[in-house]
Amino acid sequence: MKQKTVETWAPWLLLLLTVALWQILCSALDVSEFVFPSPSRIATQFWEFRDTIAAHAWRTYWVTMAGFALAIVTGVLLGFLIGSSRIAYAALYPLMTAFNALPKAAFVPILVVWFGIGIGPAILTAFLISFFPIMVNIATGLATLEPELEDVLRVLGARRLDVLIKVGLPRSMPYFYGSLKVAITLAFVGTTVSEMSAANEGIGYLLVSAGSAMQMGLAFAGLLVVGAMAMVMYELFSAVERRTTQWAHRGSNQH
Amino acid sequence: MTTPFVDFQNVWLAYNEGLLAQQHFAVEDINLQVARGEFIAIVGPSGCGKSTFMKLTTGLRKPSKGTIRIDGKVVDGPLKISGMAFQAPSLLPWRTTLDNVLLPLEIVEPYRSQFKAQRKKYEERARHLLQRVGLAGYEDQYPWQLSGGMQQRASICRALIHEPQMLLLDEPFGALDAFTREELWCILRDLWTEQRFNVILVTHDLRESVFLADTVYVMSARPGRFVVRREIDLPRPRDLELTYTPAFTDIVHELRSHIGALRPTISA
Repeated sequence: MKQKTVETWAPWLLLLLTVALWQILCSALDVSEFVFPSPSRIATQFWEFRDTIAAHAWRTYWVTMAGFALAIVTGVLLGFLIGSSRIAYAALYPLMTAFNALPKAAFVPILVVWFGIGIGPAILTAFLISFFPIMVNIATGLATLEPELEDVLRVLGARRLDVLIKVGLPRSMPYFYGSLKVAITLAFVGTTVSEMSAANEGIGYLLVSAGSAMQMGLAFAGLLVVGAMAMVMYELFSAVERRTTQWAHRGSNQH
Repeated sequence: MTTPFVDFQNVWLAYNEGLLAQQHFAVEDINLQVARGEFIAIVGPSGCGKSTFMKLTTGLRKPSKGTIRIDGKVVDGPLKISGMAFQAPSLLPWRTTLDNVLLPLEIVEPYRSQFKAQRKKYEERARHLLQRVGLAGYEDQYPWQLSGGMQQRASICRALIHEPQMLLLDEPFGALDAFTREELWCILRDLWTEQRFNVILVTHDLRESVFLADTVYVMSARPGRFVVRREIDLPRPRDLELTYTPAFTDIVHELRSHIGALRPTISA
């Protein structure tokens, strides 16, 4: 019990220590606020610009969610296709891997040409960067089926779709939720990167404009907000995962 | 003799066209007639095509030559009147024991279309079956909460829930310890005595085959063919004490010598 309490509070304690050390170093060495702002400076600017930050943060949030929703739909559909058909797997998988290796930030200028400055590029960048892990995980879950179980079901006259729905999909759920955790943080990266060059709103835009106005405290505050949003969403999906797929985590829950 | 329930006439199987062209068969010249309700066991060294034989019987594979008739009809596709269980219980970890047993009813007709409406009745049937194998009280547990032997019992229940006329068991007790194995022999014996479905038990445990089966077939390895057919005329009902009697061990020895005699031909 005691050990557990310590584990729960450990990250907060570390955060507090880091912030304290940061503040002490900034004050002791008299670092310029225009180069590296102290935590107190960030806090002041955060409070001063809270309305602006909130507006930009909200924009980044819903744009990310829109891109993420697209990523889930596409990732699940493609994953289903790849995982259930050997031909589709052979045809699509290498191409998808090659696509995933491309830096998604490089797509932003192209997307701007197609969709103009604004939400279009941001949503699509968030989508492009986050659908891959979802797709791969669904496909993996579907493709790893015990041959004996498949025989048991096929003898009963199960169609391919029956096997996928009764066995494949439930089996891939832990992989799916696991991938959501990873994908949501990637989606925030995609949105922010895109907003930095292709938007007039959002945290990415705020970072760039605060940087060029030498408002370093504000820029750091923006970073902090993106990080916090990503963390909260990560924890949310993590909780959903634990609740829905307990059977896959029995080792850690039982003991 | 009346028409046999399972009837293999000169069945040969090569796994693909290439192997067929090279005359390379997984099983050769299988002839087998099994009466309705008969319990047969197939023993042989590993890799002798026992599992292939199962696939042929259930219609998951078509023979390259010869014909297989089950219940008078030529097998040309998956045979829904059969239930299967393997060495690995392969239960679904996200389903409770009860739901695992019910799975076949969600798939096989005519149960499938009535599943929602008749769920209560089917659950009752599954509970009864689980109780018969000593799993009463574990219906709502998840497979990973059960021991290996209990999982295997649930797996056998799953194979029997749709009341198949033929039960195919591929080394179902192979991964269990000796005591649990003997316990499950008795459970299988009792289920079979009550319901009289056909059983085809593939095993490499000679004592198991002699204890349970009416007829034991010995298979040779690569290519698999039946070399010995031995009727087990030990009186029924049989209990575990029987396995320590000379009559029993004599039969086991006799079968063992056939398998021993096979060895040189394998290396040749």
